[in-house]
Amino acid sequence: MSEQMTKPKSMLQAAGLSKTFRLGSRFRAGGIQHLQALKDVSVEVQTGEILGLVGESGCGKSTLGRCLLRLYDIDDGRITFKDRDISHLSQRELRPLRADMQMVFQDPYSSLNPRRRVRDLIAEPLRVHGRHSERDVQARLRELMELVNLSPDFLSRFPHEFSGGQRQRIGIARAIALSPSLIVADEPVSALDVSVQAQIVNLFMDLQEKLGLTYVFIAHDLSVVRQIATRTAVMYLGSIVELGETDEVLHRPAHPYTAALISAVPEADASGRIKARTILKGEPPSPTNPPPGCRFHTRCPIAQERCRVEVPRLMPLGHNRSVACHFPLQGSAGHA
Amino acid sequence: MPADQTQTTAKTLLDVQDLCVSFRSEGGLIRILENVSFTVREREILAIVGESGSGKSMTSLAVMRLITDPNAVITGSIRYKGRDLLQASEREMRSLRGSDIAMIFQDPMTAMTPVYTIGWQIEEQLRAHQKLSRRAARARAVELLGEMGVPSPAKVAGRYPHQLSGGLRQRAMIAMALSCNPSLLIADEPTTALDVTVQAQILELIQRLRADFGSSVIFITHDMGVVATVSDRVMVMYAGIIAERGPKPAVLGGPQHPYTLGLLHSIPPMHGVRPHRLPSIPGSPPAPMGRPAGCAFQPRCDFRMDICATRPPLFHNGTQEASCWLAEKGAPDWARERAIRAAGDAA
Repeated sequence: MSEQMTKPKSMLQAAGLSKTFRLGSRFRAGGIQHLQALKDVSVEVQTGEILGLVGESGCGKSTLGRCLLRLYDIDDGRITFKDRDISHLSQRELRPLRADMQMVFQDPYSSLNPRRRVRDLIAEPLRVHGRHSERDVQARLRELMELVNLSPDFLSRFPHEFSGGQRQRIGIARAIALSPSLIVADEPVSALDVSVQAQIVNLFMDLQEKLGLTYVFIAHDLSVVRQIATRTAVMYLGSIVELGETDEVLHRPAHPYTAALISAVPEADASGRIKARTILKGEPPSPTNPPPGCRFHTRCPIAQERCRVEVPRLMPLGHNRSVACHFPLQGSAGHA
Repeated sequence: MPADQTQTTAKTLLDVQDLCVSFRSEGGLIRILENVSFTVREREILAIVGESGSGKSMTSLAVMRLITDPNAVITGSIRYKGRDLLQASEREMRSLRGSDIAMIFQDPMTAMTPVYTIGWQIEEQLRAHQKLSRRAARARAVELLGEMGVPSPAKVAGRYPHQLSGGLRQRAMIAMALSCNPSLLIADEPTTALDVTVQAQILELIQRLRADFGSSVIFITHDMGVVATVSDRVMVMYAGIIAERGPKPAVLGGPQHPYTLGLLHSIPPMHGVRPHRLPSIPGSPPAPMGRPAGCAFQPRCDFRMDICATRPPLFHNGTQEASCWLAEKGAPDWARERAIRAAGDAA
């Protein structure tokens, strides 16, 4: 804790992460397939920031979130949490650290045990880590309910008595019960109604201010990420293709994929005119059989011969910005 | 519907009047849709927007006469090309479904049968409605898949639904829905399960449909951005009633119902100033059993008044209609109403 505060302090560092899943079986048609969910991903989460992870389904954003918390074992690379190498700790060794890093899940319907009361759901982490006496637990429960704007009267109810937004609040209360410093939120608002999404996004921002939390916020909705994230990493087929300050990335994208993703977002423009769009052709290739070279070259509007053979590395572009593209878009680097 | 007729003289294709859907249950009658009336003109894309439980999907199922629950009570009239679908025999309905009125569902995986190939399922429609031979039907199916932008359509026609990606499956379903050139296409959240880049492709496809086939479309969604991209007119539903409707630019540019206003504001903006906190609508949409008396939106409304204990009718203002007491005498001035309430709270 004796470091100077001039440079933002890093809370979590991942270097060269790779993760491959084995699919299928020796005894089935197609045999064993390897799905490379993460390929050489390096990212740093700074203390007090909200890092947004965006990308389409199958791009590896959830896998990355889970690997960062070591909920999945990693195949290759190094993860440092608060200056401690956690890449190869056993689950037992990780347990004391779990109190300091928590997760909020996407689906508030399946992530809460339907047979337990809210009281027990939220108290479970407190009891598991055994730091609180039973009286403290009761006081802490009321405090937590207040933090997530739920009435303490709800403590003796069951999850099915709540709406989706309220359930997500319960999930959040559970995650912050042990006062963690890092929370990975995996699509926490995408299962909610539009009018409720805004409430939960606001709650995440309020809690960050009150409790000084650091988030990794995974979402596929760019407008939600723009609202909440300080920095944003854009992923495509298991790699980070662009990383930088959220406003920079979303308003001056350097990677053609980021630009296409932004242009695909339908917007509620009052005038009702259709904005000029670059519509990508096709769909992301299967991660079991990724294309050689730049993984985006099959859909890239500006792909050239070099892209088909040479894998672009994530290179700094100035202004805390990096991009993995041989031909980064103009107008992005110019201002740096 | 005077407001509906001012703009164009296009013929009305579908005319729904006072549609009510309720279900008998142990606890009494549960009202899902209450007096829903709307029209769809030829070559028009009508967007129905709403959150879960608003009744938007129930409306489309009622039009297709797909509510089969014996406890359902359906009243009102649904006139398609002058014919009342609620009075039509099951035999007549069967000849209409698929050929005249087609539907695309949110989840193509559950809407298609897993045990037949994509090609077979498209063929089945063509053979039933257009009496084509197997060979001709297969050729047409492959052609349709190609028109929907499916790469190597002949190969895809031989695949089973589980072998395709979500985007391809949705294209196959659209191909199936369009196989008999329907005059009316009902699309129930067709892009909700898809990624944005694929969603953009499907939205473009649906707009092309109108241009190429001259179909009318009812597009059901919860996403205001999608509404802005694809529709001509918008109907916003809340708790089984119509909250607001009108031409798209009017509704999105000058909402006259506080619910529409709240929905538009709660979407984080992609441009301009980032608000410190998103304006949000408190609470959550009511379940059909727990709908409040009077105006259904009043418990969540910033502009609640005494009169809201009585349910407001749809008030006409220009081209728009809104079921809010504030819209009774002309379009509401939200800034002024907000100021009045702020002053009232301070006093």
